[in-house]
Amino acid sequence: MAVPKRKMSRSNTRHRRSQWKAAPVSLVACERCHEPKLQHIACPSCGTYNKRQVLEV
Amino acid sequence: MPKPTKGARLGGSAAHEKLLLANLAKALFEHGRITTTEAKARRLRPYAEKLITKARKGDIHNRRLVLRDITDKDVVYTLFSEIAPRYENRPGGYTRITKIGPRRGDNAPMAVIELVEALTVAQQATGEAEAATKRAVKEDEAKKAEATEAPAVEAAEESEDA
Repeated sequence: MAVPKRKMSRSNTRHRRSQWKAAPVSLVACERCHEPKLQHIACPSCGTYNKRQVLEV
Repeated sequence: MPKPTKGARLGGSAAHEKLLLANLAKALFEHGRITTTEAKARRLRPYAEKLITKARKGDIHNRRLVLRDITDKDVVYTLFSEIAPRYENRPGGYTRITKIGPRRGDNAPMAVIELVEALTVAQQATGEAEAATKRAVKEDEAKKAEATEAPAVEAAEESEDA
């Protein structure tokens, strides 16, 4: 079985991990209640999409 | 022979998917709107709309075709007697899918699929007017194409004569 020949240095580990990044979620303001919400998805706070009530709140 | 749908089945096997879609359609016709995952809603939409189209025809043959898929007679009765007459004037598009964001637990994208309301008189009128303008535009283009083609043909004939 293939195994690592050398110990990975802290520097290399940290350099690799410095590239782990979370992308920010793109939010828009809800037309009705102006709360931030995901695009193309019914507003979770007021439950409307395209001025139509989709969810009960 | 009809070509089978490519890709993975819902639920793992063809038989499971068949039952799953039938049960989802049954629940949709029973309740009018259901919350499910987006993938299931997207697969359900054409399936349910084809059943409604059969129900709109309303004869005993179509009723038997629907009963192959939905075995609950009560649901089929409501589909034929209440849901289908609502869509008498609607040219397809009987359901609406609205995304409602990821589910807690497995982060699956969820959606609400619902039967749309019957067309109001005003909506029907605008739909017909739009269709008429579209038809008019198409006819105009056809006429123009004819007009440009005709002189070209004449010119070709003339050159042959000379």
